[in-house]
Amino acid sequence: MAVMTEGNLSGAAATAAAVGAITRAKRIDIVVAACGVVIMVMAMGLLLTLIGDLAIRGLGRIDYQFLTSFPSRRPENAGILSAWVGSILVMLTTAVLAIPIGVLAGLYLEEYARKNWISNLIEINVANLAGVPSIIYGLLALGLFVYGLNLGKTILVAGMTLGLLILPIVIVSTREAIRSIPLIVKEAAYGLGADKWQVMWHYIIPAARPGILTGAIVGLSRAIGETAPIITIGALTFIAFLPPPPITDSFPFISFAWLHDQFTVLPIQMFNWVSRPQEGFHINAAATGVVLMVLTLALNGMAIYIRYRLRRSVRN
Amino acid sequence: MPNTIAADRPSDTLPPPLRPEPESAPLRATIENFNFYYADGFHAIRNVSMPILDRQVTALIGPSGCGKSTLLRALNRMHDLYPGNRYEGRITLLPEGTNLIGREMDPVMVRLRIGMVFQKPNPFPKSIYENVAAGLRVRGISDRRVIDEAVEIALRRAAIWDETKDRLHKSAYELSGGQQQRLCIARALAPNPEILLLDEPTSALDPIATAKIEELIDEIGKETTVVIVTHNMQQASRISARTAFMYLGELIEFGETSQIFTNPRHPRTEHYITGRYG
Ligand SMILES: Nc1ncnc2c1ncn2[C@@H]1O[C@H](COP(=O)(O)OP(=O)(O)O)[C@@H](O)[C@H]1O
Ligand SMILES: [Mg+2]
Repeated sequence: MAVMTEGNLSGAAATAAAVGAITRAKRIDIVVAACGVVIMVMAMGLLLTLIGDLAIRGLGRIDYQFLTSFPSRRPENAGILSAWVGSILVMLTTAVLAIPIGVLAGLYLEEYARKNWISNLIEINVANLAGVPSIIYGLLALGLFVYGLNLGKTILVAGMTLGLLILPIVIVSTREAIRSIPLIVKEAAYGLGADKWQVMWHYIIPAARPGILTGAIVGLSRAIGETAPIITIGALTFIAFLPPPPITDSFPFISFAWLHDQFTVLPIQMFNWVSRPQEGFHINAAATGVVLMVLTLALNGMAIYIRYRLRRSVRN
Repeated sequence: MPNTIAADRPSDTLPPPLRPEPESAPLRATIENFNFYYADGFHAIRNVSMPILDRQVTALIGPSGCGKSTLLRALNRMHDLYPGNRYEGRITLLPEGTNLIGREMDPVMVRLRIGMVFQKPNPFPKSIYENVAAGLRVRGISDRRVIDEAVEIALRRAAIWDETKDRLHKSAYELSGGQQQRLCIARALAPNPEILLLDEPTSALDPIATAKIEELIDEIGKETTVVIVTHNMQQASRISARTAFMYLGELIEFGETSQIFTNPRHPRTEHYITGRYG
């Protein structure tokens, strides 16, 4: 009898304790959620203020003259022609170098590499590389590409540097995209007698394409705003000419001379103008910032759109 | 991994498995003393020997987990996709007598000759036409007329031509589950496989879709050698000429389907087909 009472008592106590724990847990939930909302509102507010400030000061400055003029000593005559052309050419080079290498590396790691300590080591390193400060890439490029290989302070070197910088992003997103392909689709392809390369080329890469593209664009939208590594390799801040055009009027009609030209890019142009005393240049910097923001947001918008399409086709 | 099933093996109390009787009908393949080990060491198929009749349907039945899929997937070397799996014994493709699981045999070559349909419909995210053409493209066939013709023949044989002929270039995902599975059968048939393997092709489908597929397997089995795994005994008895009953990785009994279902010789077979397990 005594034993039973004791049992009941401890049972009731346990229930009470459990109820207490649940209410406490709920209270903590509410506090955490409230903190989260406050911090988010603050962060978003700060960001929106920054963008708003940039837009108010810079938007009015963006006109045809601004987009088609070279930098100048007088702020009202200056423009960002060499900067945006430079940015686009550098991005193009970056994409052409980083995407194929990153996709092949991701494919190799996911589908070909044996799972052993070497592939584990590579995996950890790839993940860590994504977190290396970008100026380190700049130093590497300065030492290796500019001085070691004597490639000069050119568009090609900038593309190679930023390509290295975004390679981990492309590799990781490629691997994730490949991993998300259902096993049954892969088995269906092998079951038809396809060899490994056919399965990769005709089934795995096409099915992973949306994820790969998303990763590549996220990488590029990071690269387009990078300043530190580009400054480190010695991009000029005052460029009053355009690189030679890629299409020529004589055979073979395509020229890669632009790869070996000097250049500037939007964030460097902006950085340069910000550090000048005249107010007119500050307005130019803000306007450049707006252009950069629009480009970045456009790239991210593209990534979101592709991801949305990917999700829809997966649900099917 | 140590095998713990051995302790409660039925063979302790029940008679040992029955060896299949010699067949007089023409054979397409023979499985001899076949053993299969998964990469973790699990001995999933134990010393199985059985014939596969030419242009007949052979059914593999048995409770879930007894190794039906494992045996079926060995026939087209699907297990080679995952490292560490191990075959023992011999699977001979007749009449020429090549050993499908021989060391010198390229698994891709085996899969080019032996087609497979999976449990869940798994069309590619492509058009209906391209799904059926996939096996031909893998074989390097690109002549438009050849492919057009093969696609139509395969879709007709899979009894889905009428439903798809007006929308060949629409996505395969627009089809219903049963239609998708018939499309997968067409896809496997298009390159004219020497043996067609089906792993519980109707287990994800409703009764009407199931009936359609059974009907078409019956037709296909007149021209092509078919091996089908099913947990549905009515299905096995309706469409197959021979039935193999498996239990815990062993082939307990093999024989004419009517004999297996009306007059099983092994007590465990009898328990299974009368619904008494264990
Ligand atoms: N990849 C694997 N690794 C180890 N054991 C497996 C693997 N796949 C299946 N098995 C085991 O092999 C046995 C037979 O499986 P399976 O052939 O799928 O059975 P069935 O198709 O008859 O239901 C089961 O005990 C299962 O747990
Ligand atoms: Mg199975």
